[in-house]
Amino acid sequence: MKAAGLAALVLLTGLLAGCGYQAVSGNHVTLINVSYDPTREFYESYNKVFAGYWEAKTGENVSVVQSHGGSGKQALEVANGLEADVVTLALESDIDAVESAGLIDQGWIDELPDDSAPYTSTIVFLVRKGNPKNIQDWDDLVRDDVAIVTPNPKTSGGARWNFLAAWSYASQKYHGDEDKCRAFVKKLYEHVVVLDSGARAATTSFTGNGQGDVLICWENEAYLSLADSDGAYEMITPSVSILAQPSVAVVDANAQDHGTADVAEAYLSYLYSDKAQEIAAQYYYRPVNKEILKKHSDTFDLTMKLTTIDDFGGWDEAQRRFFADGGIFDSIYEH
Amino acid sequence: MENETELRKPKGAGGYVLIAVSAIFFFVFLILPLVTVFQNAFSDGMLPYFKAVMDVYTRKATLLTLEVTAIALCVNTVFGLFAVWAVTKFQFQGKRILTTLIDLPVSVSPVIAGLMYILLYGRTSPLYPWLKSHSIHIVFAVPAIVIATIFVTFPYVFREIVPVLETEGTDEEEAAAIMGANWWTIFSRVTFPHMKWAFFYGIVLCTARAMGEFGAVSILSGHLRGLTNTLPLHVEILFNEFNSQAAFAVSSILVIIAIGILIVRSLLEARAKG
Repeated sequence: MKAAGLAALVLLTGLLAGCGYQAVSGNHVTLINVSYDPTREFYESYNKVFAGYWEAKTGENVSVVQSHGGSGKQALEVANGLEADVVTLALESDIDAVESAGLIDQGWIDELPDDSAPYTSTIVFLVRKGNPKNIQDWDDLVRDDVAIVTPNPKTSGGARWNFLAAWSYASQKYHGDEDKCRAFVKKLYEHVVVLDSGARAATTSFTGNGQGDVLICWENEAYLSLADSDGAYEMITPSVSILAQPSVAVVDANAQDHGTADVAEAYLSYLYSDKAQEIAAQYYYRPVNKEILKKHSDTFDLTMKLTTIDDFGGWDEAQRRFFADGGIFDSIYEH
Repeated sequence: MENETELRKPKGAGGYVLIAVSAIFFFVFLILPLVTVFQNAFSDGMLPYFKAVMDVYTRKATLLTLEVTAIALCVNTVFGLFAVWAVTKFQFQGKRILTTLIDLPVSVSPVIAGLMYILLYGRTSPLYPWLKSHSIHIVFAVPAIVIATIFVTFPYVFREIVPVLETEGTDEEEAAAIMGANWWTIFSRVTFPHMKWAFFYGIVLCTARAMGEFGAVSILSGHLRGLTNTLPLHVEILFNEFNSQAAFAVSSILVIIAIGILIVRSLLEARAKG
């Protein structure tokens, strides 16, 4: 009986400890930033700078709790009750998913400049040292001897950008002939040897586990791998790619609940400050601030032809046409 | 004498091949991976190893894992004892169904268990408004991790004790009851001594399983750094951050705990036999 009583007590205190999470207590505020995979290093750095800025401005001490994973999965977790104050995801449609769950107010995309995307990126190739398969452009990916690593567009935001970048190339090559585009992209996905659930997992498959000849990935992710690898890889910028806009938004319902709306908004607006834009560039995200972007033109290939999501009629349309159940991706990836 | 030693030696090529196959199997699947963990953990020397192990997030993850394991263990021990007592000492309707249900968690994939609790306690659940209005956070918070761990370790204590008590029968308890002993005396003086070793063994298994749980916890945790990351999740995160040395250093904590548990287990087995 004593044992039972003790167990019940332990259980109770344990559960209470779990429930005891408080966003604001005294002079201290905790912000939960639910983000996607490749932003880990960037936000780790940015959080420190923001904490300094916020303390100087308001005297309040802010600590940011990070969560990272595949963008789509992260959005789903927020919709299912993960108490994020802000979401900084890979693409608009993932934030739209949180909006449709009733957690983010409509019109979030106009809350901040540049479609609420404080930094952008694009899709490039990472190949092994010396580029042994001589991969220069999208055409080379569908050669018989090439094995590709890219994540699954169903679960990964980055993977959807990869898909659309490939489609952009095909679309220009075949002057928008949909059947030919479809055939090209189908052929490309037939060369995929590992279809991971997130961008970071795909990178790990390529770099850590030595899978494939080419990784289709974010430009920033490619640079991080280069910096980490002592010359084991090379980055190839294809002739055509897509301007990837990872968007950010305050999760209004949660922030109001936690009493963190002000700091959450400031957290996102400060991403547009010169200081934050410099940090973005330092972690190989393309800053939206044109001058800071130009300053880093030796890092970012500014000659690539970049299509935008608007060329696909916006994310709603692209999502419905390509990635929804029964969409183009389903039809080409069925074996 | 000579004949006996002859018998113990493997006969012909077949015997040696079998031994070689098992030895290689053992080496490739068990020894090599373990060595790799420690080799990678110390690949940059002692200092980075201890830096990774003493890192604030690692410490928080370790504490959380220990806390969750302790709670799961207490709950499952108490539950296991009650269930065992009911199943082996009494006859009642639906006993078979109950014993089958208790085994369910080992046959259900942990991922499904995780999703189940998301549907039950998550934002889309009818229960959610009530939980929310009482500020009870379950999913993507510590309670969900505890619940998931309890679920996956549910049958261990029960499963270990049942066979022991089933062979024991109820005669001794009945004798004690006739002599006027109350239930606590019967339990502590008659029933418990019989099942003592099986009971400890069940606890050991339950602990080992709880520490390493990944699937269900991964779905329910939300991966909030320093809040809801258990050790196995923390290892995955470090690995995904290209920080494999730290990932292996943190893994080594789990490996060391696991080896400790195995030693306790062998000691218990030795005691039980002796």
